[in-house]
This record gives sequence, structure tokens and C-alpha cells, in this order.
Amino acid sequence: MRKTLTAAAAASFALVAGAAAAEDVKIGVILGFTGPLESITPGMAAGAELAMKEVSDAGGILGGMKVIPIRGDSTCVDAAAATASATRLITSDGVSAIMGADCSGVTTAILQNVAMPNGVGMISPSATSPALSSIEDNGLFFRTAPSDARQGQIVTDILTGKGVKEIAISYTNNDYGKGLADSIESNFKAAGGKVTLNAPHEDGKADYSAEVGALASAGGEVLVVAGYLDQGGKGVIQAALDAGAFDTFYLPDGMVGDSLVEAIGPALNGSFGALPGTDSDGAAKFAEMAKVAGFEVVAFSPESYDAAALMMMAMEAAKSSNSADWSTKVMDIANAPGEPILPGELSKALEIIRGGGDVDYVGASAVELIGPGESAGAYREIKIEDGIKTVGFR
Amino acid sequence: MTDILNALVVLANFVLVPGASYGAQLALGALGITLAYGVLRFSNFAHGDTMAIGAMAVVLATWELQALGVSIDPLPTALLALPVGILACAALLLGTDRVIYRFYRTRRSAPVIFVIVSVGVMFIYSGLVRFVIGPEDQNFADGARFIISAGDFKRMTGLDEGLAIRASSVLTVAVALIVMGALFWFLQKTRMGKAMRAYADNEDLALLSGVNPDRVVTVTWLIIAALATVAGTLYGLDKTFKAFTYFQLLLPMFAAAIVGGIGNPIGAILGGFVIAYSEVGVTYAYKRFLGHLLPESLAPESLVQLLGTEYKFAVSFVILVVVLLVRPTGILRGKVV
Repeated sequence: MRKTLTAAAAASFALVAGAAAAEDVKIGVILGFTGPLESITPGMAAGAELAMKEVSDAGGILGGMKVIPIRGDSTCVDAAAATASATRLITSDGVSAIMGADCSGVTTAILQNVAMPNGVGMISPSATSPALSSIEDNGLFFRTAPSDARQGQIVTDILTGKGVKEIAISYTNNDYGKGLADSIESNFKAAGGKVTLNAPHEDGKADYSAEVGALASAGGEVLVVAGYLDQGGKGVIQAALDAGAFDTFYLPDGMVGDSLVEAIGPALNGSFGALPGTDSDGAAKFAEMAKVAGFEVVAFSPESYDAAALMMMAMEAAKSSNSADWSTKVMDIANAPGEPILPGELSKALEIIRGGGDVDYVGASAVELIGPGESAGAYREIKIEDGIKTVGFR
Repeated sequence: MTDILNALVVLANFVLVPGASYGAQLALGALGITLAYGVLRFSNFAHGDTMAIGAMAVVLATWELQALGVSIDPLPTALLALPVGILACAALLLGTDRVIYRFYRTRRSAPVIFVIVSVGVMFIYSGLVRFVIGPEDQNFADGARFIISAGDFKRMTGLDEGLAIRASSVLTVAVALIVMGALFWFLQKTRMGKAMRAYADNEDLALLSGVNPDRVVTVTWLIIAALATVAGTLYGLDKTFKAFTYFQLLLPMFAAAIVGGIGNPIGAILGGFVIAYSEVGVTYAYKRFLGHLLPESLAPESLVQLLGTEYKFAVSFVILVVVLLVRPTGILRGKVV
């Protein structure tokens, strides 16, 4: 105990002194531990921390330095609170990288207000707003989640594949919902379909009959609900079914979950959707590892593991935990050429990197980074039939 | 002819029926506010969260009953739990009065001080609800969901449009009517009701005539507790029970009370329906309704929606401002302190 304390004191002294040498590398894990995503964030954080533990147990990076996760709360919705918690992680805990944040709005806030001014790199596992593709980031921002511009394309493919010509869209009134809804609308129109209405709903209300009234008046074969399953998205679906306005729904990534199927019941049968996911070996392997570690794989758990793994391998490749150095290596690690790396093989990857070789990180979510450093995006298509059934992968 | 019927059914499904149940809920809430204003002489901002407290007690009691296997299917079990909720709510209100309001009443504090005090009480109540039952959706509705569902209606009538009438909507209107009837009977016919009205009209004169002020205050709080619990429970049954949605009801309820004429119970009921139908009517998109009525060539391309649904609450605010500017006493000439 005293040893760790001395080590910690030495480390913090070293940090204050501005020296690069420290005993541990710290990585911030900023997710919405409170707020509308609180039901899945524990599974996401556990994914990221599993990767760090794996590396630390195998001897660490940069010549034996352990990787320590430090959690911060992004709240998902409150930009001021997220900024404060990121500031604390960077200035007081001295993290070298940030795994997060989760929701698009707070991710943008942290990137612009804290990460860029302090020169700290971020990899978000779940921020999907298209606006983050073109944001000014000094090369410090990556995401293992695909942009919703890609999801708009997927939604359009699935809908037109089923012969749907007219849709109405109801989205949750925030960066995520608006970005996704606009992407779906432009893609669907480009494919020759008609969007009768693209209107927002507010989360946290008891009554969505007015929103549904407008959507029903506009009409359409399928209602696309770009919201959250524990929030307004559920209310809109319930109200639409009650009023007999729509009976088929398209469920994007934020709406697929068992709690929705339970809450709505058999009336949801026949609805369909898609969420990020792959049928790769990596996904199965990650599921096994999660089982051993004792946590539940939720949406974006694999992406969280991959985000943390990418950071640590990039640090090893750059031989530095300084963000300006490791952030230049992320794309090389994630993409070909090189030895394919699955979850659980991080120590092998680190060895190859130390030996000067190339790795192509595949990971739990089949990571392939494109464009400005975001996942190309593999999606799992599902349908609701007394539960969530996988139809295929796109 | 079928076109006209279709148009009417669409309007009923999305405006008339939802507006009626929402209006009944607002009217019950506004009645409680108007009573507090008339008899106790202050605007009770804690009323929304009083509804949440009452509804919460009903939800907890309903879960108990459901666990015991008690059911009055097709009616929701929550109706059986109402008395428990009313008692719990009344106990809390009387306790609050004893500890907080009485202090200011004996000093004859200005109404504005009462208003601020009630804001404080509101925050305590809302914290209490979240602490006890949590901020998430709480499901306690059971019994029949529909009297007639949209699909059944289409099959029965052969019309293109469906009309869904939910059991909770009918129940809301029916219970609201019963409660309002009982309240008016009480205020008009009983000795206590007359004493309350006398106290509301002129406190000093009522005291001289032998009205016991403590009893009037106690009975008023009891009635407010009953109204709030019934309104909160009906709203929870009809929509969903979530702790902080009751706070959002505060504005439309105050608008209803003021539009109708604050201090006037009939005005509160009238105001409730005026606000409810304005909110629903202004934000409804009339495209489908007009599409059935007008010949094809004239059918609207746009949604024919006056305001986006996200501005629903703005409607009651605008009505409130207009009424205060044009006719501050409200439609039925309530009193203004």
C-alpha cells in the first residue's frame, strides 16, 4: 500500500514537474453513467476496462507501464457537466487519452472545450452524429462507431429492399436524433422514396398523442423512430399503436433493446431495424471474454473495447503516451496491411509492434477506419418477432 | 357522405377524444388550484407535485393490490387504491400546512410570500417523489386497454379511418364528472361548503359569523388532496406515470384556472377544456381531415399545421398572456387579489 502511495505521489510529482516519465499510463473513460444511456454505459465501460486490464496483465506498454482507467461522467446530455468532468480527468488526473464520450453532443463539447485546447486525443465508441466527420479536430478525434451518414444509407437499403415507398420520421430532439433523421431523409429521397414528415419529439414527456397526430396526418407506410428506447421513442411507438396511426416501425440503433419489446408487447411484431454489429470471429470471441470477466455485452461494448485497444497499441507504436504522437498511429494500427488482431490477442499485437512489424486491428467490432478516422460500419439487421431476431449483416 | 364521416372520424381520433380526456385531467388539476386560490388565498405552485405525490401513493398501493391478486378487471386496480392515495396525500398536505403554511397564515403574510413558500414546497415534494419511486416510467395500469381499437372500428364501420377509444379516456371523463358533481354538491348544499364559500368571500365577516377558520382550512386541504390524487392518477393511467411530468402540467393547469376565472370552480373546468382543445387543435396537422372533405384538386399538399407539436406548451402560455392582457378576470369573472 505504502509502495503504491509513494509511486502515486512520485507519479503526480513527475506530472506536475512536466516530465514524461511516470509509472502508469492513465486513460479516461468518459461515458454517461447517469442520464438516458445509463442502462448500457456500465457494459461499455467494462469493455474498455477489459482491454486495459488485458494489456496491464500482459506486462503493460512502453516498457512495462500499466494502463489505469479513470472514469468520468458525461451525463450524455449536459455539455457543461461533461466538460467539467473531462477537465478534471485531464488537469487533475493527468490522463493521456480519453475513451469517450458516448453521446454526440457531449462528445463535441469535450472535444472542442477540453481535448483540443489541452492536446489530448479521444476515441469515442458510440458518438454517431455526421457532424463529427467534418469537425475541426487537429487530428485528435477518432471513433470506432460509424457515422449516422452511413446508417442513413443502411436504413434506406433495408426499407427499399422491403418495397417501402413512403416513410414518416420522428426523431429525438438532439444532435444524435437530428443528424440521423436528416441522413435518413436525404438518403431515402435520393433513392426515390418519399418522406412525408420529419419531425422531432421531446424526451421525458408523458403524452405523445399530439406528435403522433401530426405524423398520422402526414401518413406513410413505416414510421422511423430515431429516438431512445427507454425514453420518448417508446412513447411515440405506444401512442402510434394506440391511435392506430402506424403498425410497422423502423428501429435504428438507439431503439433496439429487450426493454422495448417487453414494454410494447406483441404489437411490435413485424417491425424491423438495424444496429452496429458484425458476425466476425472477433465479436464471438469478445462475447466469451465478457462472460469470463462477468459483464453483459450491450450495444457499443465491443466498440469500447476496440477504442481502448487502439489507443494502447498506437501508444506502443509511437513509443509515447503523448497524444500528439500516438494519434498519428491510430489509422495505421486499425487498417491493413499487417497481422489481423482479434480481441484477447493484444499482447501478441504489442509484441509485433515492438518488433517493428505491422498490425491490422480487427477487434471485437471488425474495425476499419475510413475518412476522418471513423468506423466504416458493419450493421446487424434485425426484426421483431416475440423478441429480437437477427436477419443478417450489412 | 363517407368522406365526411371519414373526416369526422379522423378529427375525433386525434383531436376530440384525446382533448376530452386531457381537458378533464387539466380541469381537475385547475379545480385544486382555484380552491387554494379562493379559500387559502394563494397560487399553489406545489399543486403539480402534489398530484405526483398522490399518484405515487396510488401506484404503490396498486402494486400491493396486484401482488395480492386483487383485481376488478376490466377496470384498473388503481381505482381501488385511490382512497389510500388520497389519505396519504391528505396527511402530507395537512402536515405541510401545520409546519409551513400556518406560520405565514397566522402572520397574515402577503400572497406573494405564500407563492414563494409554495415553490419551496414544490421542490421538496418533487424530490420526495423521485426519492421514493424514482424518476423512470412506472407501469401500474391494468384492466382493459381499449373500449374500441382503431382496427376494430375500421372493420365494424367499413370506413378508411379508425377511431380508437381507450378505456382510460372514458374512465377519465367519467371519474372527472363524478368528482366535479360531488364537489359542487358539497360547496352548494352542505353547511361546511357554505362556510368555505363565506370564508373565501370575506374572511373577517365569516369569522364574525362563527365560521371556524381552522376547520375550513383543513377541509380545503382535504378536498385539494382528493382532487390532486384523482387528477394525478387519471393522468398516470391515461398517459404514463413519470415523476417529473406533473411539473410540466403546472403551466397548463394555471392557464386553465386563470382563463376560466381564478377562484371560480366552473371557470376552472371550462378553462381546462379550453386549454386542452387549444393545445391539441393548434398543433394538429389537418392535412388528412381536409383531404377527406375537399375535392381531390383542392386537397392540401402541406400538413396544414399551425404550430409544430414541440410548441404545445407555448400555446397555453400565449393564451395565458392574452387573457391577462385582454380580460384579466378570466372568462367567468373570477377574482383577482
